[in-house]
Amino acid sequence: MATSAELTPEPVGEAEGPLLDVRNLHVEFRTRDGVAKAVNGVNYSVDAGETLAVLGESGSGKSVTAQAIMGILDSPPGFITEGEVVFQGRNLLTLGAEERRKVRGARMAMIFQDALSSLNPVLNVGEQLGEMFTVHRGMSRKAARAKAIELMERVRIPAARERIRQYPHQFSGGMRQRVMIAMAMALEPELIIADEPTTALDVTVQAQVMELLAELQREYNMGLILITHDLGVVADVADKIAVMYAGRIVETSPVHDIYAAPAHPYTRGLLDSIPRVDQKGQELYAIKGLPPNLLHIPPGCAFNPRCPLAQAVCRTDEPPLYRVSDTRASACHFWKETLGESADNA
Amino acid sequence: MSQPTTREPAAAPATTREPILEVRGLVKHFPLTQGILFKKQIGAVKAVDGVDFDLYPGETLGIVGESGCGKSTVAKLVMNLEEPTAGTIKYKGQDITKLSGRALKAVRRNIQMVFQDPYTSLNPRMTVGDIIGEPFDIHPDVAPKGDRRRRVQELLDVVGLNPEYINRYPHQFSGGQRQRIGIARGLALRPEIIVADEPVSALDVSVQAQVVNLMERLQDEFQLSYMFIAHDLSIVRHISDRVGVMYLGRIVEIGADAAIYEHPTHPYTQALLSAVPVPNPEAREERERIILAGDVPSPANPPSGCRFRTRCWKAQERCAVEEPLLAVPEVFRGTGGPAEHESACHFAEEMENPPGE
Repeated sequence: MATSAELTPEPVGEAEGPLLDVRNLHVEFRTRDGVAKAVNGVNYSVDAGETLAVLGESGSGKSVTAQAIMGILDSPPGFITEGEVVFQGRNLLTLGAEERRKVRGARMAMIFQDALSSLNPVLNVGEQLGEMFTVHRGMSRKAARAKAIELMERVRIPAARERIRQYPHQFSGGMRQRVMIAMAMALEPELIIADEPTTALDVTVQAQVMELLAELQREYNMGLILITHDLGVVADVADKIAVMYAGRIVETSPVHDIYAAPAHPYTRGLLDSIPRVDQKGQELYAIKGLPPNLLHIPPGCAFNPRCPLAQAVCRTDEPPLYRVSDTRASACHFWKETLGESADNA
Repeated sequence: MSQPTTREPAAAPATTREPILEVRGLVKHFPLTQGILFKKQIGAVKAVDGVDFDLYPGETLGIVGESGCGKSTVAKLVMNLEEPTAGTIKYKGQDITKLSGRALKAVRRNIQMVFQDPYTSLNPRMTVGDIIGEPFDIHPDVAPKGDRRRRVQELLDVVGLNPEYINRYPHQFSGGQRQRIGIARGLALRPEIIVADEPVSALDVSVQAQVVNLMERLQDEFQLSYMFIAHDLSIVRHISDRVGVMYLGRIVEIGADAAIYEHPTHPYTQALLSAVPVPNPEAREERERIILAGDVPSPANPPSGCRFRTRCWKAQERCAVEEPLLAVPEVFRGTGGPAEHESACHFAEEMENPPGE
């Protein structure tokens, strides 16, 4: 697998600092009904070999942020209005379309949730995998085919030589997700963004796929952004975590700390609503209300209508991301109280 | 709640343990055909292939399993939406698979369903009032015509929606609210049994807990029996009194929730439980994970003997020849411990570190 670095463009301005640094990113969707503010000032960073989990519900902006990083945001209606995406030392948002295309796929790649609709149904998987090499590396079709077989073996698809001629519908859900992973891995990128990679899979298959992903990450020392809503998956694989709500990061923390004592009431609500063995027969803790409509995000803290700690200040002043410790931050005026209560409960 | 309670509360107290639903030898094969003019059957998808269980009044029976294991087909069979290839489903002693016409309609009133996807299971052109009130059109004896609007508003109130929303359309509601509408429709005829097929899987995490709490509250209020089908093992554990684990058309293990989660004896249950990601990073290193190889075999051509043997690390020759029956394994018989529950494995044994702890 180490043969094909010739045609890869050299990283400009060799990376100092993190592999990827997203700074104050704003994305809005201009729709018929008004402007939906999907991402409102997101900051996060990932180092090589590190796994960042981005946790959030639907509409929290976690996938839109990923699309903006990858440069695959549908525009219009989506517009990046502010911010920087600094990857290996250069701001991707200032690059031209052609430059951007060279980064995408070769240096950063994405794995989507629904492998069936992300793969082309009328091309066999060999052609789709081989395309990575013919397009990005200018290889011959024959050489690309050999590479495709190698890749399929790499992600442990049995009988790769035969299955390469098959079409996506002939693969099971888990195998299709392996094809997606193979495609993302093809050019040995430095960063992989996986958007709910196992949500559509059964638990036993989910375990296989996550294990494969973790193994490949270790081997190639890749940065991984794992977008998910599953607190269990996060606990299993992440190094650090960013919790998103209504287009903002409300809490960032190393993974161990956040589970032990969350510093934001939303994070605490999510953790408390997981059924636990000792709570059987009791009511589950439920966060009241519904996630906000992005066309009408509540003033002040976006979480205030659902928050048990909300006070007058929460309805008027948007909380900044307060520094909780060297490695943690929380966008809650009452993070100290939340942290204290969390520690009491633990 | 102002819901009138004309039906006597749970005909018999749960202590008598007379099952409200008895399922025996349930089989559903879907034919596979070839040819356009002259259809010829070339095989069958054995979606459900010999399932037995009881449902008791007021209890929740959880059914877990991966996609393709037949759990949703079981739900459809219980609802009488599919005709079984073989087997019986007895509701209060009466085999509902043989019923038709008026007798079937009477039974259907008592068994209602809540579907997975609140986006596709509600007709977008009907108002909420029409959706929830439609069961009254089919069973006019439940609510006289003039009374229906009031009844629908009561139902909205019961499931925690504003009764004034009666004239709104489904698209005006969020996913969690739509699932509440689906539940209200299921409750309209005041059934005794509710079959819920993945009722919270399509919902956001923060909303799931609300709907689970609602279902538990309604169960107490109306003495409902639930068949709760899901793949989320922690939610099933929370809500269920007993749990059945399905694999490739069969129940492989069934028992009280603590018995299944803390003392599983079937290798598939053990693997399934160990594969569930646990929201506790501290446990990351200590956990013993069983990662199964391969995929679930095709139900059109299931393996001989034990269906799980192709992915099982304990499989021996005997497993290919002799099919294990769902019964209390001999080693645990008479022990009185939590491992004494039905498990369809020749080599059933407890794990040293059960993942459910």
